[in-house]
Amino acid sequence: MAPVLHEVRFRNIAVIGNPNAGKTTLFNALTGLRQKVGNYPGVTVEKKEGRIDFDNGLEATLIDLPGTYSLTANSPDEQIATDILLGRANHTPPPQLVICVVDASNIERNLYLVSQIIDQNLPVIVALNMVDVATDQGTRIDIATLERELGVRVIPTVANKGIGIQELKHAILFNNISTGRLRQWRLPELVQKECQELVGMLQSFDKMPEHIAFHNAILLLTTPGSVPDQVERYSPEILEHVRKDHQKLDFLGFDRQSVFVESRYKWIREVCAKSVVQEKQTDLTVSDKIDRFVTHRVWGFLVFLALMAIMFQSIFSWANAPMELIGDGFNWIGQQVTRLMPPGDLRDLTVNGALAGVSAVVAFLPQIAFLFLFLGLLEDTGYMSRAAFIMDRLMSRVGLHGKSFIPLLSSFACAIPGIMATRTIENPKDRLATMLVAPLMSCSARLPVYTLLIAAFVPGTTVLGIFSLAGVTLFSMYLLGLVAALVMAWLFKKTLLKGAPPVFIMELPPYKIPSLKSVLLHTWERSRLFLKKAGTIILGVSIVLWFLATYPKIEHATPSEQLKHSFVGMTGQMIEPLIKPLGFDWKVGIGLIGSLLQREVFVSTMGTIYNIQNSDQSNGSVSLKEQMRSDRNPVTGARTFTALTAICIMVYYVLAMQCMSTVAVMRRETNGWKWPLFQIGYMTSLAYGATFVVYHAGLFLGFGG
Amino acid sequence: MTELALSALRPGDRAVIKHLHTSTPHIRQRLMELGMTRGASVELIRVAPMGDPLEVKIKGYRLSLRKMEAEAIVVRREK
Repeated sequence: MAPVLHEVRFRNIAVIGNPNAGKTTLFNALTGLRQKVGNYPGVTVEKKEGRIDFDNGLEATLIDLPGTYSLTANSPDEQIATDILLGRANHTPPPQLVICVVDASNIERNLYLVSQIIDQNLPVIVALNMVDVATDQGTRIDIATLERELGVRVIPTVANKGIGIQELKHAILFNNISTGRLRQWRLPELVQKECQELVGMLQSFDKMPEHIAFHNAILLLTTPGSVPDQVERYSPEILEHVRKDHQKLDFLGFDRQSVFVESRYKWIREVCAKSVVQEKQTDLTVSDKIDRFVTHRVWGFLVFLALMAIMFQSIFSWANAPMELIGDGFNWIGQQVTRLMPPGDLRDLTVNGALAGVSAVVAFLPQIAFLFLFLGLLEDTGYMSRAAFIMDRLMSRVGLHGKSFIPLLSSFACAIPGIMATRTIENPKDRLATMLVAPLMSCSARLPVYTLLIAAFVPGTTVLGIFSLAGVTLFSMYLLGLVAALVMAWLFKKTLLKGAPPVFIMELPPYKIPSLKSVLLHTWERSRLFLKKAGTIILGVSIVLWFLATYPKIEHATPSEQLKHSFVGMTGQMIEPLIKPLGFDWKVGIGLIGSLLQREVFVSTMGTIYNIQNSDQSNGSVSLKEQMRSDRNPVTGARTFTALTAICIMVYYVLAMQCMSTVAVMRRETNGWKWPLFQIGYMTSLAYGATFVVYHAGLFLGFGG
Repeated sequence: MTELALSALRPGDRAVIKHLHTSTPHIRQRLMELGMTRGASVELIRVAPMGDPLEVKIKGYRLSLRKMEAEAIVVRREK
């Protein structure tokens, strides 16, 4: 039979399905690495497209629509999916074929969306995924009967093992016409009558095509109040008719909301009665057994702590080796450029400006990649939802969602993956609140700053005889960040981002063995995006910083003097009055400016100021420590750094937004500059205020000098 | 008729959903679309270690929801 797909080069095929139905795995199986990720214009919803190649040389574009439970859109994700399917998205044309991914082990709920898709009068193919899981739980599905009931091809698949993919591709080529048996689900007669009338009116008055009219008729009839969403879409006659309909149906005793949902489920039950046989399950499933352990009062938390410990271990130590490799690599490149280029400003700019900047970003990469990998694995196994389940109580106390916990926790390593991980939070306000406070969790870049200052200025005494004061100080800094994050989140949810308390309705999918291929692909994609977006901004910032730190030039100056008289140095001296109330002088000011690139730059900037070459190595640190300790103000004779100033610098670093890479990611994730700028503003104010208080309280209590 | 709130069930109890008194309409709709319809069978699996949220079994899968939402769902216990 000749393929029905002819000019398929630009053919649009959409993939849709419930979350956790294996949609992404199926999408990956169909497209391989030929995919790209972006954003839909104007919203923070991710747009994922890929290319599917067929054996006969034809190809098509596959769009992975956001996972959704229903087309009655509740979140921006679902709104996008609905708009595209209905053909009302300006940026994306309606698909010519829809592949509905259905989780066979959970078929009833999954068929709800399928019934809505079939209503749209588009060609549909059902990919009945995870049939292996279904078989394991004693569910047997008669494909032929299901096909007959739905009116579309049903292809059994096990996406993570590649089973059924060829058959699916074949169906896409040869069975892509069937739009399904329209509206098999029956409303009660009286409701049906009103609905049909309204559909007719929407078609004639508002010129809507039939399937859109039907979709809107349902929305209008189920609206609780008298004013529907997007009221401007409808003509006044329609609105008047709807008002009367509401009265009529309410009077007749119909629950307008539930009648539509229940009618669909009634039909689904009938379909399943004919095509699905479920053996009684008496034993606990493997998932249940695991859950008993994982959500246990005591064991659950221990498992959680263990997993988090492993995650942090991987960030702090396993990522070190690749990071050093990258550092060495860039050093080598720097040396080669130094060798090959004639001395002068251009060489200096390339090595100390551009290269330094690029290496700063790439240095992040191992940590970020490890984090994404770990988070991806946790998500794929199904553990994430359990973590959210356990932690929800704590999160809801500050007005956040259980799903906020893991992004916040991973921000202890690096806020960038943490911010990106908030995508799973459906409510935009909850998501934004989480993103805004994530950088308050002390990331790993702050550690060198803390380490230097604690080593130099915190006495080696012990607290309570066992804990070192140094350790306690370090812990306090982390604690400060955590507390600040929770307090600010609570504050935001109470004021700016005020909304209904987050609704926590979340599916707990059965545990599964993670698909390494999917997770690696996902990690690769995310890391690539980070490099691209942050890289461009950081490159710009580092070149500018290099410029400001090098000019104006002075003849025969030591690096320290050169730095002092450069724009950066002058800026540092200029802002000194601003930061003096915090106990900082211009040298610290320069360090703060340098930290815009990477917080660790504070350490190397201090090194330059005190003429130390390799200040990040241990013997360098020793001399840097001593230099800092003995440094005195030439005018007053007072010491530049005391234990108090050290604490103040640390407090500032805990709370301030400095990392330009994070700003870049915030810009991307919120699709604009408003929120990143707000974040910079509130965090800087918070840092300034807190440091001010600490400094003056310290002085008052006699700690200065 | 033993009618009670879903949140009042004990782990292992099975019940049939009678009414949803959820105050927010779009949450009510979402719950129903997820399978919590009148007449549906629901089983309380467990309560989270800190006391909230709850995990229920509905239409063959596991759903977690907060006590606040569960309080608005009236069920009748099955023997």
